[in-house]
Amino acid sequence: MRTDLATPVQRAPVINFGRRTVAIRRFGGRVSLRVDVRTLVVTAVLLAAALALAVVALGLGEFSVAVPDVVSALLGQSSGAVNMVVVEWRLPRVLLALLLGAAMGVSGAIFQSLTRNALGSPDVIGFNTGAYTGALVVILLMGGGYFAVSAGALVGGLVTAALVYLFAYKKGIQGFRLIIAGIAVSAMLASVNTFMILKASLEQAMSAAVWGAGSLNKITWEQVLPVVVVFAVLLAVLSLYGRRLGLLEMGDDAARALGVRLEGSRLVLAVVGVALTAMVTAAAGPIAFVSLAAPQLARRLTRSASVGMVPSAAMGAFLLVASDIVAQNLFAPIQLPVGVVTVSIGGCYLVWLLAREVKRQ
Amino acid sequence: MSKELKEFALTDVLDDPVGAKAAGAGVAGAIAGARLSAENVSLGYAGRTVSEALDVRIPDGEFTVIVGPNACGKSTLLRALSRLLEPSTGSVLLDGKSISSYGAKEVARRLGLLPQTSIAPDGITVADLVARGRYPHQKLLRQWSEADEAAVLQALEATNVEGLSGRLVDELSGGQRQRVWVAMVLAQQTPLLLLDEPTTFLDIAHQIELLELFRRLNREGNTLVAVLHDLNHACRYATHLIAMKDGAVVAEGRPADVVTAELVEHVFGLPCMVIDDPVSHTPLVIPLGSGAAA
Repeated sequence: MRTDLATPVQRAPVINFGRRTVAIRRFGGRVSLRVDVRTLVVTAVLLAAALALAVVALGLGEFSVAVPDVVSALLGQSSGAVNMVVVEWRLPRVLLALLLGAAMGVSGAIFQSLTRNALGSPDVIGFNTGAYTGALVVILLMGGGYFAVSAGALVGGLVTAALVYLFAYKKGIQGFRLIIAGIAVSAMLASVNTFMILKASLEQAMSAAVWGAGSLNKITWEQVLPVVVVFAVLLAVLSLYGRRLGLLEMGDDAARALGVRLEGSRLVLAVVGVALTAMVTAAAGPIAFVSLAAPQLARRLTRSASVGMVPSAAMGAFLLVASDIVAQNLFAPIQLPVGVVTVSIGGCYLVWLLAREVKRQ
Repeated sequence: MSKELKEFALTDVLDDPVGAKAAGAGVAGAIAGARLSAENVSLGYAGRTVSEALDVRIPDGEFTVIVGPNACGKSTLLRALSRLLEPSTGSVLLDGKSISSYGAKEVARRLGLLPQTSIAPDGITVADLVARGRYPHQKLLRQWSEADEAAVLQALEATNVEGLSGRLVDELSGGQRQRVWVAMVLAQQTPLLLLDEPTTFLDIAHQIELLELFRRLNREGNTLVAVLHDLNHACRYATHLIAMKDGAVVAEGRPADVVTAELVEHVFGLPCMVIDDPVSHTPLVIPLGSGAAA
């Protein structure tokens, strides 16, 4: 099918952007886009790698399935044990790893862009610690099940986010104040968390610790649908507001001069960022470091000026699927919580990041 | 509302044959079209009033320069005119309507501002930064139209940075970087351009280069408003001068008509002589200081 309408109008770019870009214009100019070739390629490769790993992950485990069988199970061409293992047991977990990883990448990109700081990710600014506090209260005081703990984590995370916002608020929000306030609040909450675990029974303390590391171990189809719906809604909001991130990075006056409503845009973006993190935490616990590392890694690969949400999402999905494979198989048959793996990877990354920042100054 | 708009359009038409731009024609301050004006505004920041009951009209087609001592309220006025600062009383009118009644992007399509400080994201290229000036013209599905491309190219050429378009902004000299920011504002393609101390931190050659660019833009039909520190640059390049002191307008008009030794002494507290600039035949302010050399 090659008609004029369906073929993008591609011309040699007249303007030298210093990198290869392609202008795509369709439907008589009603739809147009400028695509950075390197960003596009990096995103596509990351996505392909994440999907390939996902297929591998579906085959790995006590009951191992060969890749061709995994593919045919996914296409609905197998039945019985293979179908049961691949589609019913493992697919929800792998799907959620992809989705939650992507959500963390996007959330990290939002916060790092809003704070103009590579450290400005939701885990650094206190959200995860607060979510853990909320979950602990539910586990220790009420002894609730999966959804009760999720709700507790949500409330804890949101209250913490609101608190940090209030502490950092001074005629609008400034990135660095937000990070400092977040570190302070999460330090206090961390001691509250430790205190609660010390006071709990051994059994409760162990289940709290497993939750607190962030784990995909007990994911079933039941937990996938809410994530898909929430993620879709948040992405729809982001498609309207996402482009303002790059403008906000240029300073308040410049962004306003270009027609961005500052506080409104910031609030919407921050709420979406918090909601993405809240969604992840509610589904799988506070998985650390993916939102910190994914945007910066993606940015280095794409060599772009701003942290982009789309490449960050692809990188986040890749990181979480890869981490989950390691978590499941490193000490098989013992399954580690995926959060333990992301912390180890993220810790190395953080050391490198800090060392680099120190060198620059 | 539409009546007011018509009135403005009418004065525009009446004004044009007079040729406000033909040097020395109409008396400055005479009734001219003014798409942008501040009516009886009080301006200030939390608890501190800078200006009270200020009336300022920005005459169309002119290069207006606002001068005055530090903290006289000139940048505050510019912020109010560009909607960065909400007046506590009175209103800023843009095309006959209160500027706060427009959508944010709509204002940005009529009025461009070069703020005092902007941050270029690390690792952004010149063309990428300039392209961000197109944001007020773009939509969700229309993010890079042919008009966008043409506007960016034109802005790069007008500011003479098209040769740098693929370079990183971080790598440029101060003068080049300021021209890039001007290009970004030009890419916005607004008939009104507001510049907040655009020449600060530049060496003299780059200052003149930039002022020449502003003059050219003005002669091409844009209305410019700039806050400048250097009084002699203001005298040379402004077609309309506004002198401020303590938050109030003390004098306005063509530099040749308003700049006198008395005015400079009154506004800046600086004893001086005003002579004729031998090159541009505009007023040239010579500070007296501790007197002539022996």
